Amino acid sequence: MHELSVVSSIVDSVTGTLTAYPGARVKEVRLRVGALASVIEDSLQFCYGIATEGTPLQGSALIVKVLPVMMQCDKCAREVEIASLQSFRCPRCEEPLSEMRQGRELEIDSIEIDEVEEKV
Amino acid sequence: MTTRIVELRQGILKKNDELARGLREQFEAAGVLVLNLVSSPGTGKTEFLQRTLGELVNCGSKAAALVGDLETDNDARRLAASGAPVRQINTHGICHLEAEMISKHLEDWNLADLDYLFIENVGNLVCPSSYDLGEKIRVALLSVTEGEDKPLKYPTLYNSADVAVITKIDIADAVGFDRAAALKNINEIRPGVRIFETSAKTGAGMTEWLAYLDQARPAR
Repeated sequence: MHELSVVSSIVDSVTGTLTAYPGARVKEVRLRVGALASVIEDSLQFCYGIATEGTPLQGSALIVKVLPVMMQCDKCAREVEIASLQSFRCPRCEEPLSEMRQGRELEIDSIEIDEVEEKV
Repeated sequence: MTTRIVELRQGILKKNDELARGLREQFEAAGVLVLNLVSSPGTGKTEFLQRTLGELVNCGSKAAALVGDLETDNDARRLAASGAPVRQINTHGICHLEAEMISKHLEDWNLADLDYLFIENVGNLVCPSSYDLGEKIRVALLSVTEGEDKPLKYPTLYNSADVAVITKIDIADAVGFDRAAALKNINEIRPGVRIFETSAKTGAGMTEWLAYLDQARPAR
């Protein structure tokens, strides 16, 4: 339920970045979201339409890349992807896993913009 | 018109994370152990905390609490009965506490005077897991009335816990609580986490919990 505040933070960050590109139009905002980040893509998309209205982000697409939960398995001496969020065990050797390597990310990866050519 | 990709690689909750980092440094410098209590509404966070504060005050420890709710100061008034300093944070609709709210409500408290600071989060099993408050220990609570599969349904929160506390064990039999299943489910989501089985009403499990707090406290 905090997707609106998440989206508002995105608008603030991107708007800040745009000051370096006057007049640019935002086409895409790309996120990296861990499977355990506790935000829901549908809610993000819904809030994004509302929060970007009247901002330089209006009309842009929000692309969400979901990152699977990766845990360190000391027994297998490697990073493994857990089979489900209901079991934090190594899918190969069944060892319980407590060291997370990926899964809680909530980041803006990049933005795609159309820049205005400078007039000569 | 030229299309350009601008790399940002920026945490969306960066502002909160930075504030939380500052708070954590402040807490560590002051030598106060800070705990963030998270659970669904009705788990008994306030009752558990009231008992904890009361016992700590009786032992001569200095403990304080910040308590978050959408509205009312009912919980702060309940907790103040323990004799510990307590402040209510009203979020007015926001479903979780944020680092900025903590920093604002600490105001004139001298942290160096405290042994423990408890932060009772807004009752919610989803959003609080994303917001670092600068705590050292995140305590996830689960009551015997909630269903043993709660940790499986809300892995984002239970996986972020440093300690788990089962509350209301005095009524476990009456509600048909399956203890083995609950312990197994917590362990599936957060393998090896320390689990306390408690009743704020009878005091069951409180001795172990208080011993843990004493041990976790930074040495003076």
